[in-house]
Amino acid sequence: MKFLIFYLRSRLVAYIFATDWLRNYKKKMRRDIFQAIADPTRRAIIALIAIHAMTPNAISERFDITRQSVSKHLRILTECQLLKKEQQGREIYYQLDIKQMKEIDKWLEQFRKIWEDRYSQLDDLLLNIKNKTKK
Amino acid sequence: MKNNLLFDFIVDKEKNTLTMRREFLANRQLVWDAHTKSELLNQWFAPKPLTTKTKVMDFKEGGSWVYAMVEPKGKEYWGRMDYEKIKPIEFYSGLDAFCDENGNRNPDLPRAKWNVYFKEHSENTIVETLIQYESLSDLETIIKMGMKEGITSTFESLDELLLTLKK
Repeated sequence: MKFLIFYLRSRLVAYIFATDWLRNYKKKMRRDIFQAIADPTRRAIIALIAIHAMTPNAISERFDITRQSVSKHLRILTECQLLKKEQQGREIYYQLDIKQMKEIDKWLEQFRKIWEDRYSQLDDLLLNIKNKTKK
Repeated sequence: MKNNLLFDFIVDKEKNTLTMRREFLANRQLVWDAHTKSELLNQWFAPKPLTTKTKVMDFKEGGSWVYAMVEPKGKEYWGRMDYEKIKPIEFYSGLDAFCDENGNRNPDLPRAKWNVYFKEHSENTIVETLIQYESLSDLETIIKMGMKEGITSTFESLDELLLTLKK
């Protein structure tokens, strides 16, 4: 009995350590989203999955590369939190996480804003010059 | 009326390009001048509240424009554009870069190739600016910097506003 309690407690401690380690590991492994889309194969995978969720096998069939290589790309995309895994029966389906894709658009929106401001100043300048030459 | 002007902003993540297509209510010569003469560029190139200051302008093939965008508090961001091809009032291209106040290029920051086209559109002019980065991570660096600076300047103008309100 004593042994059983000791055993269970050590299992619990190990479990706590393991989850803590896993959490830190995951945090460390979170990658930059731009790394995800820097690779042409990964962009193709994103485009494919954007249409509907797919299993790793189905994805592999669409590419002329090894299953391992597809797994590697899927792992990176998952680490960038661009893909979500979903278990359906025996199969794992990958689907696109739209939230992360929006992060990129947010950056670009900011850039677009700079150009909008810039051009609106150019509008004013052109209008000023035109008015001056009319006088 | 301003709001009806064409403005396309296209990001091609595969080709690492940004394309801006914008219509202006002026003839091609005037819009060309605004893009190529420093006394005019100084009046619009840096988005508010930043202002533009030109150190060198030598608008010819092989020449360059060395300029700074200046924050209201005086902090300067220096850049340069090295002109490659010029076909007056139709097209110019160049390589941009970040530099110091003496025009020395910062080799750690990405450069982009600019192709700027000027097209007549009845009485107006359409300017197409195509900015090509070497890689997606270059584009990312620029976007992040733009975002950071954009936010700083917004906060600074808020500071100023708060100051005037206090008085």
